[in-house]
Amino acid sequence: MKYQVDEKGFYGDFGGAYIPEMLYPNLEELRKNYIQISSSEEFQKEFNYLLKAYVGRPTPLYYAERLSEKYEIKIYLKREDLCHTGAHKVNNTIGQILMAKRLGKNRIIAETGAGQHGVATATVCALMGIECIVYMGALDIKRQAPNVARMKMLGAEVRAAKSGSKTLKDATNEAIRDWINNPVDTHYIIGSVVGPHPYPDMVARFQSVISAETQTQLMEQEGRDYPDHVIACVGGGSNAAGLYYHFLEDPRVNIIAVEAAGKGIDSGASAATSALGKEGIIHGSKTLLMQTPDGQITEPYSISAGLDYPGVGPLHAHLYRSKRAEFISIPDQEAMDWGLTLSQMEGIIPAIETAHAFAILDVRKFLCDEIIVFNCSGRGDKDLDTYIDYFKL
Amino acid sequence: MNRIDKTLSGDQKILSIYFSAGHPELEDTVPIIKSLQDAGVDMVEIGLPFSDPLADGPTIQESASRALRNGMTTQKLFDQLQNIRDSIHIPLVLMGYFNPMMQYGIERFCQQCAHIGIDGLIIPDLPIDLYQERYCALLEQYHLYNMFLITPQTSAERIRYIDQVCNGFIYMVSSASVTGAKNTFGNAQESYFKRIRDMKLNTPQLVGFGISNAATYTMATQYSRGAIIGSAFIKFLESEGVNKISNFIKDIR
Repeated sequence: MKYQVDEKGFYGDFGGAYIPEMLYPNLEELRKNYIQISSSEEFQKEFNYLLKAYVGRPTPLYYAERLSEKYEIKIYLKREDLCHTGAHKVNNTIGQILMAKRLGKNRIIAETGAGQHGVATATVCALMGIECIVYMGALDIKRQAPNVARMKMLGAEVRAAKSGSKTLKDATNEAIRDWINNPVDTHYIIGSVVGPHPYPDMVARFQSVISAETQTQLMEQEGRDYPDHVIACVGGGSNAAGLYYHFLEDPRVNIIAVEAAGKGIDSGASAATSALGKEGIIHGSKTLLMQTPDGQITEPYSISAGLDYPGVGPLHAHLYRSKRAEFISIPDQEAMDWGLTLSQMEGIIPAIETAHAFAILDVRKFLCDEIIVFNCSGRGDKDLDTYIDYFKL
Repeated sequence: MNRIDKTLSGDQKILSIYFSAGHPELEDTVPIIKSLQDAGVDMVEIGLPFSDPLADGPTIQESASRALRNGMTTQKLFDQLQNIRDSIHIPLVLMGYFNPMMQYGIERFCQQCAHIGIDGLIIPDLPIDLYQERYCALLEQYHLYNMFLITPQTSAERIRYIDQVCNGFIYMVSSASVTGAKNTFGNAQESYFKRIRDMKLNTPQLVGFGISNAATYTMATQYSRGAIIGSAFIKFLESEGVNKISNFIKDIR
């Protein structure tokens, strides 16, 4: 098992828990319990019930006929965009709210960038009747007004992170500080496979339902339970971790991670962490990280708010370094064009994050008739304003 | 003998002051240390600024951001401190997050500290297990102490473990919080201070977080070897300036 987390919380050189002592009791409680709780029959029963009855799982594995014809390969879309709240994020928040309940927590905090994880967290808190506070960068609150309104409507309190660059990384800092200040009653629902151990592993496990379903569905549709390639966009990397999970140790499956190049890797306005990052520590995890030579964390850029995280989950850093995965970066313009292409060829308006993944069809060659699974991780409703501005619709 | 041990071996209560290097102005680092020594402070913690200080409240984060905007870097700090031991005899501790140290190179960082005459490090986001496993030998090679934090939530078992590994002093965080001045200590703090005192640890304890005035200093030092002030001092620096440092210290004790 080369790509699973080890006992100390590392994926190869990456991961761990580089955290202040104040967080130690909380993380230790989680670390000791998360596997036992989440693998118990009783937990699994409730988790699977909610994924089915509330989230709408299993999501379809859709054979994209027109795209497949054009590229002469077999293209499948794992339709996470059809999940309740519009993206894969809710798989994790359902899992974590059930975890929080079993740990006896009665207050939930979360960070959010574009607001998708904030909405998914506010949703499950409303479902369970638990207090919910979402930290969001002051700049993002202005840029993502509809999601702020959704969170409020769901009963969550949205708190502005006013420190630093006032974006996702600062919202994460503020959420961590809240947890330091409220160590006993609060659970922190991290939205991606980032942060200190055991978060990257716990979130990956909750998202792994994506690849588990893919195996079953491919068997039904193709007569084999693995594809030739799995492809997903990577910001922090939770939708990618979910799609890769059950294929990590299977050498027949090639893994492709698509990062946001922003205005171009060398433009100074990019979020391509594998190309631009160096080993460092962000939010308690050792990973690849965009930073100055002096070790100050820099602000990434992408037109897609869900991909502009200065780090990447430690699993993905390990996949990159060990060359288990191919990393490709896609600039804003190509991603936006693919948002339009997917809409008009398949009738699916993708989130801009998701559109990045599809754009590799124009930059990477595949063999004829290879089976390719894309994670269609989110729908584009939240990005309509950006699409409208960009295409003058 | 490490200066920290020497200072802690005396009878008087210890006052240690934290500030962010390069704040309010880039070149204030050395004058601040000198003024603190002149004002009778027993130890100084020099903060290495970081863009994302998780354990700190807004005061320290803003001072660090300003220091970074002023042009502070790890190398710049070492350059400023190059001849600091010509005039400073009190213990000097560098406090900073791990990432900038990693980027500088841990061994090179330790070399520079030893060369300058830094007595120890406080690295809030380097947990004790990782320290033991990966970096302890290196710090010992350069005769640098490494101080660890405990909080009201730290279990007795873990406190005993930290007591074994920690050199110099244990940094006793006064309450479950990030840094930044609250103005009073209540019963919860007092019983926590008593609980730790009664454990009779080998390593002396200095109380930090929430020490902002004479009352909190006196209360904290009733049960410990001393106390550390950070945010309140930084706020004072911002409003009163470097020249009036002795007034701040006089008001504390």
